[in-house]
Amino acid sequence: MAGAAAHAHDDHKPTGWTRWVYSTNHKDIGTLYLIFAITAGILGGLLSVAMRYELAEPEIRLFHGLAAMVYGFEGDAAIDGGKHMYNVFTTAHGLIMIFFMVMPALIGGFANWMIPIMIGAPDMAFPRMNNISFWLLPPAFLLLLMSMFVPGAPGMYGVGTGWTIYPPLSTSGSPGPAMDLAILALHIAGASSILGAINFITTIFNMRAPGMTLHKMPLFAWSVLITAFLLLLALPVLAGGITMLLTDRNFGTTFFDPAGGGDPILFQHLFWFFGHPEVYILILPAFGIVSHIVATFSRKPVFGYLGMAYAMVAIGAVGFVVWAHHMYTTGLSLNTQRYFVFATMVIAVPTGIKIFSWIATMWGGSIQMRTPMMWAIAFIFLFTVGGVTGVQLANAGLDRYMHDTYYVVAHFHYVLSMGAVFGIFAAWYYWFPKMTGYMYNSLIARIHFWLTFIGVNVLFFPQHFLGLAGMPRRYVDYPDAFAGWNMVSSYGSYLAAIGTLVFLYGVFEAFAKKREAGANPWGEGATTLEWQLPSPPPFHQWEQLPKVK
Amino acid sequence: MTTTPATDDRKKRSNLMVAGACTAFFAGMLGVAFAAVPLYELFCQVTGYGGTTQRVEQYSSTILDKDVRVRFDSNVRGLAWDFKPQQRSVTLKIGETTQVHYSAVNRGMTATTGTATFNVVPEQAGAYFMKMECFCFTETELQPGEEMDMPVVFYVDPAIVEIGDIGTITLSYTFFPTVEGNRPLAARGTSQDAAPAAASEIGG
Repeated sequence: MAGAAAHAHDDHKPTGWTRWVYSTNHKDIGTLYLIFAITAGILGGLLSVAMRYELAEPEIRLFHGLAAMVYGFEGDAAIDGGKHMYNVFTTAHGLIMIFFMVMPALIGGFANWMIPIMIGAPDMAFPRMNNISFWLLPPAFLLLLMSMFVPGAPGMYGVGTGWTIYPPLSTSGSPGPAMDLAILALHIAGASSILGAINFITTIFNMRAPGMTLHKMPLFAWSVLITAFLLLLALPVLAGGITMLLTDRNFGTTFFDPAGGGDPILFQHLFWFFGHPEVYILILPAFGIVSHIVATFSRKPVFGYLGMAYAMVAIGAVGFVVWAHHMYTTGLSLNTQRYFVFATMVIAVPTGIKIFSWIATMWGGSIQMRTPMMWAIAFIFLFTVGGVTGVQLANAGLDRYMHDTYYVVAHFHYVLSMGAVFGIFAAWYYWFPKMTGYMYNSLIARIHFWLTFIGVNVLFFPQHFLGLAGMPRRYVDYPDAFAGWNMVSSYGSYLAAIGTLVFLYGVFEAFAKKREAGANPWGEGATTLEWQLPSPPPFHQWEQLPKVK
Repeated sequence: MTTTPATDDRKKRSNLMVAGACTAFFAGMLGVAFAAVPLYELFCQVTGYGGTTQRVEQYSSTILDKDVRVRFDSNVRGLAWDFKPQQRSVTLKIGETTQVHYSAVNRGMTATTGTATFNVVPEQAGAYFMKMECFCFTETELQPGEEMDMPVVFYVDPAIVEIGDIGTITLSYTFFPTVEGNRPLAARGTSQDAAPAAASEIGG
């Protein structure tokens, strides 16, 4: 796109390690993001399997041994160390899955790969910034991992505060440097996401192919545009909040300490002003992806395109004014609770528009049950289950009973672990042939799907029962009465873990067998621009910009 | 589409403009996050949110023929002080100004300085609880064994009848040690004395 001389220079394709480390190519950076997300996801998954193994039976059976092994605790100290270590695992699992698995996979990975191609752009608007966005992530991840091995709470190692890092547990309750490392990890991961968001907004606003108006843009591009705006609005507030934590901890300020005139509840407001939009940041790109997949395999354009786009805008906007529904038990006045109950339930309307539009897209379509479609339909079903429990939890009166029980854990894993993650796998199986040029083995893909589908449902559905029975979250042990469903839940987790191994084998198999996928393996239903390019796409695409009618 | 250096330049400039706008937006949001601190405080003071009481200079101009009971509560955290109200409760007319007393004794071996936080329940009453004089507005230093009488002068705003029938209001104070400027929270630990020792233990 540059002058002739620069153009010739651009054409050469870097090789070896410089291709990756110095990369300014959106496809290579997208690949790096995906590899990073898979790595972090496996680690975060291992943490969760360890927790499920611990919870399979009453009494502490794993973590005292782990604490003795890793931290060198002995005797009774190992029991206490193990209890804290369980909390450290919970915290790390949450932070890793949110900041280092789902966000890098959906935004850094698939959006980086596909957004420029889908809108007919040769690359992202700021390719070098794209490079730094990715390379900020590994150090952030490393800081978070390091935090697990340095002193945190008095006499303990690691951050055991939960991903919400509420003070005073995260200030006077965790005097060791572990908390500082975790805060810095969040700062750096946040900076990476902000740079990425600016890049996506500029790319989508300025680099669409001639003729592609915003109202003709693919829904995935819409979803990423809205996500980028949510990031830009929400992340600075988290950055501010955790900076205040950091100065409260290290420089004698008292933002959250009542002894100096501060208020710990203020942190919860700041955190959830970020935290609630964050869950839409995690799910909106999956909404976009599922729209494409449902349309492709129903061989119909998506039902109610504009409604779909503006439903996402509405979800993003309303998502910013519902944050205190995470704080019903902090002593909000009755009128405040009434408002947040109402506003929260309003979100079910645009979400319902999306669910019904997906169903309407399938209605009367010529449906092919290819692997991505199975993931997409499972996404719609499971996300709806999570949405229904979400509407229940939106009610302040009911939430008073369910707050911090396993019912909440079941709810947010249905929308994230099954919503966002099923969206990621749907995208993986949809675009894998495009990204690599190889077709995966459909049988292995289906085994992966069924193992995961059955696994996560066996894992999380019983947690509804446990929550209703009153089992609180974030504890290493529980009364014997909860033993039955916990055992079932743990078996589900092992099944889902086996599914992940099958997934990895499927990837290996596809690269080993090298079955050519061709430019468009999905047929006439796949209408977006990426299917007009060969698979894998050339290193530089759209040197002749596509015309959109 | 053909590109010339001129269109390329324009494209670049417009890209930078969008990125600049985004960056400004980011900086604005970061500013708003920090502005939340004074705004939250102001919001509590103005609306009586969370049972924040009001500070006034003038007596109430009207007194209603209606009783309200005010109960008193006291807490100490992290100070070796005995801190008590001298009366459990008073019953007064709405709008009537009254003076009550708390007393504090330093039972510790050293001089210590404390600041009190305060609120009332029910929280809606915060906007109508008018304090004219209170020890909670200032820092208090007590020598070892020193006893101090702490008066509170207040009235309940007659406008309170508009929010319904509130028969009892509880006024609560908690004394905290005044935060020494440069001693960070993490270094102070959970309990004032035990934690730093524990922290240095695991530090090695």
